[in-house]
Amino acid sequence: MSEPKLPPSLAANPLLSRWIAFLPDKTARIASGKVEIGQGIVTALRQIAAEELDLDLQKVTLASGDTEIGPDENYTTSSLSIMASGAAIRAIASEARSLLMERAALRLNCSPEDLKVSNGAFLQNGEATDIDYWDVASEIDWQRNATASKAPKASNTYKIVGKNIPRDDLPKKVNGGGFIHDRSETGMLHARMLRQPSPSAQLSFLDQDAIKRAAAGEIQIIQKRNFIAFVAEEEWLVEKAARAASNHVTWTGTSNIPRGAADARKLPGKAAVEHFYGDPEPISPTIGKSLRVSVTRPYVAHASIGPSVALARWKDSKLDIWSHGQGMHPLRRNLALALNIDEASIHARHSDGPGCYGHNGADDAALDAAIIALEIPNTWIRMQWQREEEFAFEPVGPAMQVDIEAVLDANGNPIDWKTDIWSPVHVQRPGAAGVVMLGAQSLGAVAPGGDPADPPPERGYGGPRNAFPAYKVGQTHIHHHLIREPAVRTSALRGLGALPNVCAIERMMDLAALEAGKDPVEYRLSLLNDDRARSVLQRTSELCDWSKRGTSGTGKGLGIAYSRYKNIAAMAGVAVAVTVEEEIRLEQIWAVADAGLAINPDGILNQLEGGCVQGASWALKEEVKIEGAGIISTDWDSYPILRFSEIPEINVELISRPDDVSLGVGECTVGPTAAAIMNAVAHALGEPILDMPLTRERVMASILKN
Amino acid sequence: MEKISFTLNGKEVEVTEPDRPLIYALRNDCNVKSVRYGCGLEQCGCCVVLINGSKQYACTLPTHAVANKSVETVEGLSTSEEIHPIQQAFLDEQAGQCGYCLSGMIMATKGLLARNSKPTRAEIVDALDNHLCRCGAHSRIIRAVQRASDLMS
Repeated sequence: MSEPKLPPSLAANPLLSRWIAFLPDKTARIASGKVEIGQGIVTALRQIAAEELDLDLQKVTLASGDTEIGPDENYTTSSLSIMASGAAIRAIASEARSLLMERAALRLNCSPEDLKVSNGAFLQNGEATDIDYWDVASEIDWQRNATASKAPKASNTYKIVGKNIPRDDLPKKVNGGGFIHDRSETGMLHARMLRQPSPSAQLSFLDQDAIKRAAAGEIQIIQKRNFIAFVAEEEWLVEKAARAASNHVTWTGTSNIPRGAADARKLPGKAAVEHFYGDPEPISPTIGKSLRVSVTRPYVAHASIGPSVALARWKDSKLDIWSHGQGMHPLRRNLALALNIDEASIHARHSDGPGCYGHNGADDAALDAAIIALEIPNTWIRMQWQREEEFAFEPVGPAMQVDIEAVLDANGNPIDWKTDIWSPVHVQRPGAAGVVMLGAQSLGAVAPGGDPADPPPERGYGGPRNAFPAYKVGQTHIHHHLIREPAVRTSALRGLGALPNVCAIERMMDLAALEAGKDPVEYRLSLLNDDRARSVLQRTSELCDWSKRGTSGTGKGLGIAYSRYKNIAAMAGVAVAVTVEEEIRLEQIWAVADAGLAINPDGILNQLEGGCVQGASWALKEEVKIEGAGIISTDWDSYPILRFSEIPEINVELISRPDDVSLGVGECTVGPTAAAIMNAVAHALGEPILDMPLTRERVMASILKN
Repeated sequence: MEKISFTLNGKEVEVTEPDRPLIYALRNDCNVKSVRYGCGLEQCGCCVVLINGSKQYACTLPTHAVANKSVETVEGLSTSEEIHPIQQAFLDEQAGQCGYCLSGMIMATKGLLARNSKPTRAEIVDALDNHLCRCGAHSRIIRAVQRASDLMS
């Protein structure tokens, strides 16, 4: 008999003690490398553990993102937390329960089958005993490898999983606490940065006296090569110094990007690494009708509502770090590399931050704080980025152009499908492919270079994420032109390439349906084999009254889209109703998802809805403006996002599939929402607008052209 | 540096003031951490507090402007015995994802409900339109304000 396969997170961290501990206060502490980034993961993982352990939820705590306690689960990304950490925690909790039962049976001189557990207390043949988990836990050697050999509970017995348990972290967040920003340590010093304006820029002159005069109080200036920071006990002084500093510094060699050079439509033709996926190149089809679609989106920002913060202290040759980054173990590795200190001397802990949708400024802020901490030992340093800095220096989601050429047979069905994707790299996390963090770059570290690298196919691609349609489209050829030089630093942002790819595919579906003389929903259903996918799309069309969809070109539009995130995570259908006059008004959004077993359905609905709003915001409003040294859209006026007055009614539904494996939901509605908007606008105007964001200017240009 | 006195959540406080925006006095001297720094430009609403009952941006308002006035923040809402109905309503609706924007919205809600105990959806949207939420919890937040209005009537 072959060994049971360990969930990947468990295979990488097999020791039981890395995951679970029974504490003297009669609680069970589960550990996870995945962290709270606003998605409610801490609550959902506790639900899974409590369920398998037969414990009340209150008796289960979760230690998340602590390099000294928990497992290394890399980053909290790609809608994988429930699928990866959840699977590991289920297996660990199930195994722990079984070990505890066996131990209790020995004590009670009975068979484990005679025992049941009620909130951690053992019952023997239904009668209370005087022992519980904590009495026998110390007799078990937890320094052993997990086997995942115990079958977890059947889903039809679940009492905690599947319930709408309120989020653990929200009560303190509505009551003045809960964020890394709120941590205050004795003797803590506040810090701000003056950033090197572009990677090539070299400090020529820094007028320290003028900056100190502007601060009008006692500040320290840390300057090492191109790394410049201001430190003081009083936060306002460093804020003033940082605000004034750009007037008192001279840089040489700063980038000078011409206006318009970073436009998505300028990506084709730039130097690229060429990747080919799917079927071999087509033999030029001589029969059939060829259709083309070309979609772009610009560089877009995480634009977290709060600036990045980190706390660091260097004391007794040990570096303590608090960060809101997506992974504390990788952060520890990256800090060790950047600071040239031993990884074992760093203790990195996660503390909740403002909304995180990927690789934002959090890691860089942690290095900034650590560099200063090494200069000023034995003192906690609190680094807070400025708003302008967050916008200008966070890694952004890359601009993309996606072209699809589909060839239809005589019945209007696709027989050949060719996609060209032009995109700079989607993931430049530090450590990967020699990428260096901002602080390290300022200190002179140089990335070793080499080809840019997106996530490989087995991790869902980067630029080509979701480029393979869920539909039967015949021979499929994906050509990924991975642009070598992004205009500015790019990295992971919610969904990576999924949004533009789903937009292009779903636009093509509408075009092909028109060509085939079929209704767009009927056409899609005819090309979808998977019953669950069909159910999602059918339900979406029912919710939005698709059958009553009016004619095209009236100014009122209804659009629909379907996608399964990474083709393996949750399935989502989205329909959007719009009114288009001079600008686009969202009237209503309907979203339906199939996420398999739902751990916390209300938490999922919250994520689905948030994805709709963020997808809509990217589609309609957002564009990182790049010129000169880099990003020039550095406040909420120059980088507008969707506001309350632009939010439509949103109806979200979850299809319950308790017997199917849980599927990650964090990113699944983002792409289909943008695509449904694009299709709705095309329906309203009778003509598509294919370049995002779909601004008033583009609407007016489209109306005037027609 | 001058000493400035004001009422903070019903208690008299005094800060020694290097002429800062109010947010720094509140967060760092008064340990009132609900007042969140978002932009420093009055564009996001994270730092909104009530001054003599009306909405103000603590990120730009000079501390001396609140001398002898009443400043209300989230910390003043609940007592150890009882959670304030606005906070309860936000929890009931699970109206938030990251939660960073909520302090300002909760205070804006308090200001709104004080002058209009039964706001329509449009009035709620209007009252919150200068507050940004990046996670997309808007619909839940609107429902939370409606629920708070019900709980308080």
